[in-house]
Amino acid sequence: MAAPRMPIESGVPDPFQYMHPIMARNFGAWKHHERPRPGVLCHTAKSQEQIWTVRAGTQRQMDVYTIRKLCDIADKYADGYVRFTIRSNIEFMVGDHNKVEPLIQELTAEGFPVGGTGPSVSMIAHTQGWLHCDIPGTDASGVVKALMDELYEEFIHEQMPNRVHITTSCCQINCGGQGDIAINIQHTKPPKINHDLVANVCERPTVVARCPVAAIRPALVNGKPSLEVDEKKCMCCGACYPPCPPMQINDPEHSKLAIWVGGNHSNARSKPTFQKLVAAGIPNNPPRWPEVAAIVKNILQVYKTDARDWERLSDWVARIGWPRFFELTELPFTKFHIDNWRGSRRSLNASTHIRF
Amino acid sequence: MSKAMHSTPMLDQLEGGPWPSFITGIKRLAQDEGKPYQEMMIDLLGQLEHSYETRKGYWKGGTVGVLGYGGGVIPRFSEVAAKYPASKEFHTLRIQPPAGMHYTTKLIRQMCEVWEKHGSGLIAFHGQSGDIMFQGTTSEKVQGAFDEFNEMGFDLGGAGPAVRTGMSCVGAARCEHSCANEQKIHRLLVNNFLDDMHRPALPYKFKFKVSGCPNDCMNAIERADMAVIGTWRDNLKVDQAEVTAFVANKGRKYVIDNVITRCPTQALSLNDDDTLAVDNRNCVRCMHCINVMTKALDVGDEKGVTILMGGKRTLKIGDLMGTVVVPFMKLETEEDYDRIKEMAASAIEFFADNALEHERLGEMIERIGLVNFLEEMGLPVDPNMIAEPRQSSYVRMDEWDGEASKWFARKQEEKEARAA
Repeated sequence: MAAPRMPIESGVPDPFQYMHPIMARNFGAWKHHERPRPGVLCHTAKSQEQIWTVRAGTQRQMDVYTIRKLCDIADKYADGYVRFTIRSNIEFMVGDHNKVEPLIQELTAEGFPVGGTGPSVSMIAHTQGWLHCDIPGTDASGVVKALMDELYEEFIHEQMPNRVHITTSCCQINCGGQGDIAINIQHTKPPKINHDLVANVCERPTVVARCPVAAIRPALVNGKPSLEVDEKKCMCCGACYPPCPPMQINDPEHSKLAIWVGGNHSNARSKPTFQKLVAAGIPNNPPRWPEVAAIVKNILQVYKTDARDWERLSDWVARIGWPRFFELTELPFTKFHIDNWRGSRRSLNASTHIRF
Repeated sequence: MSKAMHSTPMLDQLEGGPWPSFITGIKRLAQDEGKPYQEMMIDLLGQLEHSYETRKGYWKGGTVGVLGYGGGVIPRFSEVAAKYPASKEFHTLRIQPPAGMHYTTKLIRQMCEVWEKHGSGLIAFHGQSGDIMFQGTTSEKVQGAFDEFNEMGFDLGGAGPAVRTGMSCVGAARCEHSCANEQKIHRLLVNNFLDDMHRPALPYKFKFKVSGCPNDCMNAIERADMAVIGTWRDNLKVDQAEVTAFVANKGRKYVIDNVITRCPTQALSLNDDDTLAVDNRNCVRCMHCINVMTKALDVGDEKGVTILMGGKRTLKIGDLMGTVVVPFMKLETEEDYDRIKEMAASAIEFFADNALEHERLGEMIERIGLVNFLEEMGLPVDPNMIAEPRQSSYVRMDEWDGEASKWFARKQEEKEARAA
């Protein structure tokens, strides 16, 4: 019998073998860039060589036929090179600017929107959802498809005050990350425990330790070792569910969606910020989540109308203040908006700065 | 004729609209007569429709891997396999892309061929961790798929309590803001810890992310245990002729409203002759003016990186930003690169020894205090690490004199180094 094949632990591959030659030739020697139109970047190197990048949106989860179609387009116009952005947009690099317009036309004709540059709403960064996650409260790709259909015009144009990054997460662990607007699952009821399974499936001390508010304790239920939840303490985060699937947190009715705004990872102007809660209690309503789309579009519209050029959503709210944000968006302000987690006093107004 | 398609009235509604539809793509695979994945994709659509109807997920984890590794495959077993038997097993291979996500079409086509043969034909470019996700294969076919990717020069990424797949921006390959060799740092750091990636044994995940400038396009500050971000410490570069041309084109009001008054430290002023005055001592390298005036302004020449540690998302104590542990270091010589590699090794070693189960680096630092961490790392304290000094007097300070002399000694050393 042949010896089993052991892996070659090669790690992260060297990118130069797959890099467009103009980029490789001018590595570390770029001078400036412009955006001739939405979806197109033009970078000029110190050598005076130029490269045009055409950015297009994808559905991220792609079948091999879609991928090959994108490859055919890259072979025809972009010397057989592509790259992807962190938000699952594909980029075609073109040395001859005469190819830019036909490339845009072909991408558009094949159904790939060209855009996502500058002050636009880029593709939504998202998680796996019902398609592949083991703990999802909602879908991910479906929410994103439904929302991007609604935000299509904002992707292909550059009409926002500054760039808008939207994220979605299918549980409160929030793998989708921080965004100018984040759409995340928010559970509203404690887990329902299947006591018959806990002892066999869960490492009970691990589950007890996982709870952020110490609401879980070991218990004997119907003569079997299990876990119980102090429902007065439980804030329904779902942290116990991944290590203990019999503690079912997902609920078709009570797992709601919440919307958070003002997350920004850039250091430009202000320091990076985390997103803040603005809306909750939104139904998890497949296949097109219309209630979520309506709130997101409303926030975007108010931001677009009221913010100044170059203000990210967080910069805009910092200028106009939260009272004005809730007034303009007509979203209800509730007791749940006032933080009570550790360190929350820093989020209170310890001044007489009041907005009327 | 293959098995019948399930009725999917809800998913069908995701085929309309202008944005590309992942459902149309999956249906295409489900209609691929004679392909090994056809029935799997038919039942995948059935299960997904079932999730849409009942608003619940039906995958559970398990243990599936490749020979020699303890992680990198995400196992998925269906809880509703009785109804959808062909997608009973639907595992994902996380494969690390080339740093900066550059591809030739030849490479992508090769990957498609492998995944048609061994998997579902469904690929995500890319997951939130930065991996290419080859989504959907059976336990039996995982090894064959991995072997082919591995022979092509590709390796599994991280999963579970391990060093995870890293990310770096396009950086020096196409961006004039680049202050570092992002792909080199990314590869150096991740590839030095492949054992900790492939054999998960840390308290919890550990992520590296590299951004070439403070715009931080890789979201490193908020998401990486160790964020390496390019910066510079000499003066902002100003092409005054281009500044004047920009003012002539956009108007003074635009420049004052969008550049001058937006500087977070009021370090900019527009001169009467429409050139720019910069108070470089007070510039915090935020990037805003450079982002607006891409032709006129540029990062400086004395480039390096700032290192921040402890960024993470919600679980368990709440979101934490990475905070500065090294305000500035150059990455020019191989010794410099060795230093950053050693720093990462010390952080991971200290994390492995001291973090509680399921605790991220930032939470451990929050628990033990930044100073204890810095002392273990051998990193000197610096006022650039804080937003403001301590407000509370509840601290024992009988070692004050010794600490103060350390500061003066360090300042003296720096002065001598500059003079040399």
